[in-house]
Amino acid sequence: MENKNKSIRAFFSGLVKQQVFIPLAALLILALFNLIMDPSFFKITLGQNSVGDPVLNGYLITILDYGSELAILAIGMTLVTAASGGQDISVGATIAIAGSVILRMLCGGQTTTDTYQTPLIVAFLVAVLASMVAGAFNGALVAYFRIQPMIATLILFTAGRSIAAWVNNNELPIVNVDSFGYFGGYIPGVPIPTPFFIAVICVVVIALVMKFTNLRLYTQAVGINESASRLNGLNPEFIKFISFVILGVCVAVVGLIKVSRLSTINYSVVAKDIEMDAILAVALGGNALGGGKFNIWASILGAYVIQFLTTTLYKLEVQSDALPAYKAVVVIVLVVLSAPIVREKLASISKKMKTKEVA
Amino acid sequence: MASEKNTAEKKSSWFKNVSDTNLLLMITIVVFFVMYISAMIFLGSGFLKPQAFFNILNAQAALIITACGMSLVMITGGIDISVGGVVALVSMSCAVFLDFGGGNPYTAILLALAIGLAFGLVQGFLVAYLDIQPFIVSLAGMFFARGMTTIVHTNPFNVENEAFTKLKMTRVIIPGMGSINKKGIYVDAYVELGVVVALLIVVILFCVLRWTKLGRAFYAVGGNQQSALMLGINVKRTKFLAHLICSILAGIGGYVYFLHVGSGSPSHASGMEMNAIASSIIGGTMLTGGVGNIIGTFFGVLSLSTIQNIVASAGLDQAWWTGITVAAMLCIFLIVQSVIMARKKRA
Repeated sequence: MENKNKSIRAFFSGLVKQQVFIPLAALLILALFNLIMDPSFFKITLGQNSVGDPVLNGYLITILDYGSELAILAIGMTLVTAASGGQDISVGATIAIAGSVILRMLCGGQTTTDTYQTPLIVAFLVAVLASMVAGAFNGALVAYFRIQPMIATLILFTAGRSIAAWVNNNELPIVNVDSFGYFGGYIPGVPIPTPFFIAVICVVVIALVMKFTNLRLYTQAVGINESASRLNGLNPEFIKFISFVILGVCVAVVGLIKVSRLSTINYSVVAKDIEMDAILAVALGGNALGGGKFNIWASILGAYVIQFLTTTLYKLEVQSDALPAYKAVVVIVLVVLSAPIVREKLASISKKMKTKEVA
Repeated sequence: MASEKNTAEKKSSWFKNVSDTNLLLMITIVVFFVMYISAMIFLGSGFLKPQAFFNILNAQAALIITACGMSLVMITGGIDISVGGVVALVSMSCAVFLDFGGGNPYTAILLALAIGLAFGLVQGFLVAYLDIQPFIVSLAGMFFARGMTTIVHTNPFNVENEAFTKLKMTRVIIPGMGSINKKGIYVDAYVELGVVVALLIVVILFCVLRWTKLGRAFYAVGGNQQSALMLGINVKRTKFLAHLICSILAGIGGYVYFLHVGSGSPSHASGMEMNAIASSIIGGTMLTGGVGNIIGTFFGVLSLSTIQNIVASAGLDQAWWTGITVAAMLCIFLIVQSVIMARKKRA
C-alpha cells in the first residue's frame, strides 16, 4: 500500500518537474473554470459560412484558429529568447510590414484588384524576404553591436508600422480574389480553419530542423554560456543572428494569415499587442526568459493556452481594450511563481511541512 | 612634423580623458544646437520666434519629467516601459475625478501621486526584491495601466471643471522674449506651469545624482552590481528606489500631461515610453547602466521634438515620417554607444 502511494507521489512530482506541466495545468484550470461557468463553451456545431461551405463553429474552433497565429510566432520567439536572452518586441510591427508587402505585390500598386497582379507564391516569398531583412537588422544589432534585444527591436517597433504604411503609400489596398481568403479562413470543403494547418506545417518543419541539425544544441549552448560556447568552437554571434532571421520567417507566415483574414490591412491595428501574447506564450511554456534551455512544444501549447484565456475573457464580455489588464495580472502571477527566489522559499516551506509530517 | 605628432597625441589623450558621460552629453548638445540653428536658417519663420522654442517645452514638459525618471532607472541598469501607460491612467483618472467625482484640481494631484506610488511600489518590489527582469515587470505594468484606463472610462472626453480650466490657462510670462504678431501687436512669450515643474525636477534630479550619497549609489549599482555590494551599498534598496522614483515621476508627468491636454482618453500618451527611452538614449544614458546625465536627457527630449517639428514643417507631414525619423535617430545613437563601448573595452 505504502509502496503504491510512493510511486504515485513520484509520478506526480515527476510530472510537476516536466516543463509542459505549467501550460497543461493552466489549460486545465481554464477549462475547469469554463465548465463551471458555462458548459456551452465547449459546444462545437457544424454550420455554413456566407459562401455555403461547411465550417465548424464554436469557441474551441476560435481558439484553434487564432491560437495558431500565436503558435507560429511562439516558435521563433522561443528560439530568440533561448539564444539571446531577450525578446523581440517588433513582431507586431514586422507583421504589418510583411502584410503590407504582400498586398503591394498582389495589387501591383493599384488600390483594389480582382486578379492577382503577381503570383501569390512570389508575393509571399518577397514578404518572407522583407521580414527576414527586418529580422536580420534586429539580429545584427543584437549579435554584432551587442545591444540588448528589447532595445534593439524597439527601433523597428517604433518605425515598423510607419514603414508598412510607406510601402503602400498609406493606401489600404483590397484584394478581391476568393482564393486569397483561404489562408486566414477556410478552404472550401474543409471545415477546419486553415491557420491550423499552416501551424501544423510550421511545427513539422521546425521539428525536422531540430532533428536533423544542431540548431537546438547550439542555441541552448549559446544561451546558457556565450563565452563557453565560443571556446567550444561555436559562433555565438551567428547563432543569435540566425534565430532572429528564423523569427522573421515565422512573422511573414503570420502576416500572410493576417492580411488574408481581412483581404486588406489596417496599419495601426493589425497584430496590435501580439508581441505581448507571443512573449507570454514563451513564459507560460516555462522557458527561462533569460535564455538557455528551451522547449518549443511547451511554448506552442502555451500559445494556445493564451488564446484560450483571451477567448474566455471575451466570452465574459470583457472589452477588448481592457483585456491587457487581465493578461498583465496573469503575467505577474506567472513570473512571480517562476522567480528563483520565490521558488526557493516555496521549496523550503514544503520541506518544513514534510519534516513536520514525519515528526 | 613633430608638432603635428604632438597635437595628435594631445588629441588622443584628450579623447581618453573625456569620460563616457561627458562625451555622449557633448554629442547630444552639439547635435541639438546644430539641428535647431540649421532649422532656423533653412526653414526660417517657424523657428525664429522664441515662442517656437517655448512651445516645444510646453508640449514636451510631461515627456521631460517621465524621461528623467526613465534615465534614473536606466542608470541603475533597469528599464521601465510602463510610464506611458501610467501617464494615460493618471490623466484619465484625474479627468473622471474632476468631472464626475466632484474633486478639485489640487486633490487630483494627490490622486496622480498615489497612482504613481502604487505602480512604483509593486514594480520596484518585483524587480529589486524578487529579482525579476525589469522589462517583463514593466511590460505587464504597461498593459495593466492601459487596460485599467479603459476600465476607468471608455470614451475620450474634455474636462469642464472651472477651477481646473483656470489652472490650465495659467501662464508664466517670460519678459523680453515676446514677439510682434501678424496684426502688429506685441505678444509676450509664455510657458505653462508644467514647464516650471519639469525644469524644477530636472534641476533637483541633477543635483541629487551629482552630489548626494544616494545619487552616487545609483551609478555604482548600474556600473557594477558586485562592486557596489562590496562597497556596502544596499543594492536592492537602491534599485527599488529607482523604480519607485521613476513611477512617481510618471505620476507627476501624467498630471502635467493632463494639465496640458485637459482631457482624458485611453489613447493618450501612446508610445510615450518609447519616446522617453529614445530621449534618454539620445541624451547619453547607457543601456548597460552606470552612465547617464539628466541634463543630457533634457537635451534628448528637445532634440527629439525638434526633429519632429523639422519633419513637420519641411512638408513631410505624412504621419509615418515621424516614426521613421525617431527610429533612425535612436538607431544611430545606439550604434554610436555600442562603438564607444567597444573602443573602451579595447583600450
